[in-house]
Amino acid sequence: MELNNSKPKRITWWQKNQVKISPWIFLAPGLIFFSIYVIAPIFVSIGISFYQWDGLSPSTYVGLQNYIELLDDEYFYISLWNNVKWLIFFMLAVPIGLGLAIFLNQIVFGIRLIKSLFFFPFVISQVVIGLIFTWFYQPNYGVIAPFLDLIGLEGFSILANEDTATYGIIFAGLYPQIAYCLILYLTGLNNINPEQIEAGRMDGAKGFHLFWNIVLPQLRHATFLAIVVTVIGALRSFDMVAIMTQGGPYGYSNVLAYYMFEQALSEYGYRMGYGSAIATVLFTIMMFYILFFIYRMYRNEREDNN
Amino acid sequence: MFGIISSTSFAGTLVINTDTSDAAPKEAFEYIIKKFEEENPDVTVKWNVFDHEGYKQSIRNFLNTDPPDVANWYAGNRMLPFVRAGLFEDVSDIWKDSGWVDGNLSENMEHAKKSMTIGGKQWGIPYTYYQWGVYYRKDLFTANGISVPTTWDDFVAACATLKAAGITPITIGSKYLWTTAGVFDYLNLRTNGYEFHMDLTLGKVPYTDPKVQAVFDKWDELVKPGYFLENHAALSWQEALTPMVNGEAAMYVMGNFAVAPLKEAGLRDSNLGFFQFPEITPGIPMAEEAPTDTVHIPSKAKNKTDAKRFLIFMSRADVQEEINKILGQLPINKNSSVKKGDPFLAAGLNMLNNAYAMAQFYDRDAPAQMASEGMKGFQEYMSNPDRRQKILERLEKVRQKVYK
Repeated sequence: MELNNSKPKRITWWQKNQVKISPWIFLAPGLIFFSIYVIAPIFVSIGISFYQWDGLSPSTYVGLQNYIELLDDEYFYISLWNNVKWLIFFMLAVPIGLGLAIFLNQIVFGIRLIKSLFFFPFVISQVVIGLIFTWFYQPNYGVIAPFLDLIGLEGFSILANEDTATYGIIFAGLYPQIAYCLILYLTGLNNINPEQIEAGRMDGAKGFHLFWNIVLPQLRHATFLAIVVTVIGALRSFDMVAIMTQGGPYGYSNVLAYYMFEQALSEYGYRMGYGSAIATVLFTIMMFYILFFIYRMYRNEREDNN
Repeated sequence: MFGIISSTSFAGTLVINTDTSDAAPKEAFEYIIKKFEEENPDVTVKWNVFDHEGYKQSIRNFLNTDPPDVANWYAGNRMLPFVRAGLFEDVSDIWKDSGWVDGNLSENMEHAKKSMTIGGKQWGIPYTYYQWGVYYRKDLFTANGISVPTTWDDFVAACATLKAAGITPITIGSKYLWTTAGVFDYLNLRTNGYEFHMDLTLGKVPYTDPKVQAVFDKWDELVKPGYFLENHAALSWQEALTPMVNGEAAMYVMGNFAVAPLKEAGLRDSNLGFFQFPEITPGIPMAEEAPTDTVHIPSKAKNKTDAKRFLIFMSRADVQEEINKILGQLPINKNSSVKKGDPFLAAGLNMLNNAYAMAQFYDRDAPAQMASEGMKGFQEYMSNPDRRQKILERLEKVRQKVYK
């Protein structure tokens, strides 16, 4: 028996590397599908952007032609500028969501019901919200028409005016986005350390000071997340535009995501190469942002670990 | 031989894809498919109805991946991409062989043959079309002492009278752009004629041409005094019907499909009328807009034998007569008679029979990219007439890119 024990057990390759390999096996399904449906299309799309292709006939290589055309395309700049407007004004969702969250973060009878009502817009489909806001804005018949009459804008159509259409859509987009930020902050507020607040109170912090110096820093993660989802929401603002104006009037409320769709896939489009070129530009803009986001996350995690 | 081979694996199943999701077109196809099956008991039809808008996307997929035996589509430049990609079957033999049909098809549908021909061959069978023109409120015209205008001056004067009476002269909903092209086409057809319309949509003339400027000069006479409905860019064509139904607007430059919703909303033959778009340049022969709907055989179809039988069936005078009675539109086959007691169809038939030529529509005659930019430009012009020059220069830039 003793002899048997002294004989070294043969360790298989699997046993030796099990710890290293098993995470990859678990990750494999996700990685495979992520590569097929997310990573590969990015490269295919960039590839298509160097071709002229209607999706049916054979494609012809045109080099940078699509990008050169893009630089000379008025509608492209209008869409790009609208994306900037979206990025700026969509951000309003974050402070408004925070304000509402603080307002709702109290213990009163029925507060759960009220909270869920405030969260409701996020549950409604974007398409439905877009449709309903289009009716709201309807000149002469819409809900806001009487208010426009009061300020002397009788029969004014927000969505038919090139200067106001984008803001009209952003406003509609804010409706669910605020609810989203609200819920992020509500969960954040649940995790606030009451001892710190108490300590702050003892040191004489009150009102805004207390909020700014003690509550807000603790909501850092919630704020970060709220900004991230809002920026992504602003950059992919597609559904609202599609439902409410289709980029109109005459392309003045277009955004890159919808312009890409219009050029590549809409009734009069089928310029796959040109659409892909727009997609590549949009992707580049997002990439800057995503890299910054990943860097921040990486840094935060390291800080937390230390 | 061919028939035998194909019927072994797909014994008498004919797959038909259509975009006839609206009530009347759906009923029309229900009727003809039933009739076709009765006449051809050996064939079972499998019919897929697609949503009207979604079909424009789906057809590009199914022609390649899951081709039916018959699909409906539109004439003119709209079918060009499919013909060029080799996805539609050449059906010139149906057009040539008079033995297959009652009489000679090329003769019975002569006026539509041109819009079905690409590269000297025919690629489908047209089964219905409808007229465009001006639909108007008879009662508003009478109340303001206006008679139906036949000249441009009369037309502009009528607009002025209506505007002075607090009525929007012309309603339009341009949210989906194409309605503006109807107005442009008619101004162009009447100012410069059919040949110029075709030259322009075929890319042979620059958009900065003085003749195009002349069209916009005429358009200015309507846009600048505000004769069109305000806020048209926010409204779909259906939403723009409301002011007309309410008596707040008097005219609509539209296709005959507007009659059904207008009547549903309460207008009657007594207060709704139709007139031909008035003459602008005297002496120019009157051409009309008459978009044509068609049926085609995908080149990858499995059962082409029965598909051809179906196309021949669809070309028959009696079949077209029945379809168009249901659709409330006009048959292509000139031996078909038109539904009686419909003043709009009677007027349309009369107008089209005397038409010098028939345009399909700006977005069917011009290639897709040009059409889309053009119509965006028209909409922008209607909201900002002072930007005309800038818009035309932009369209010219697009033209040079599109027609290389």
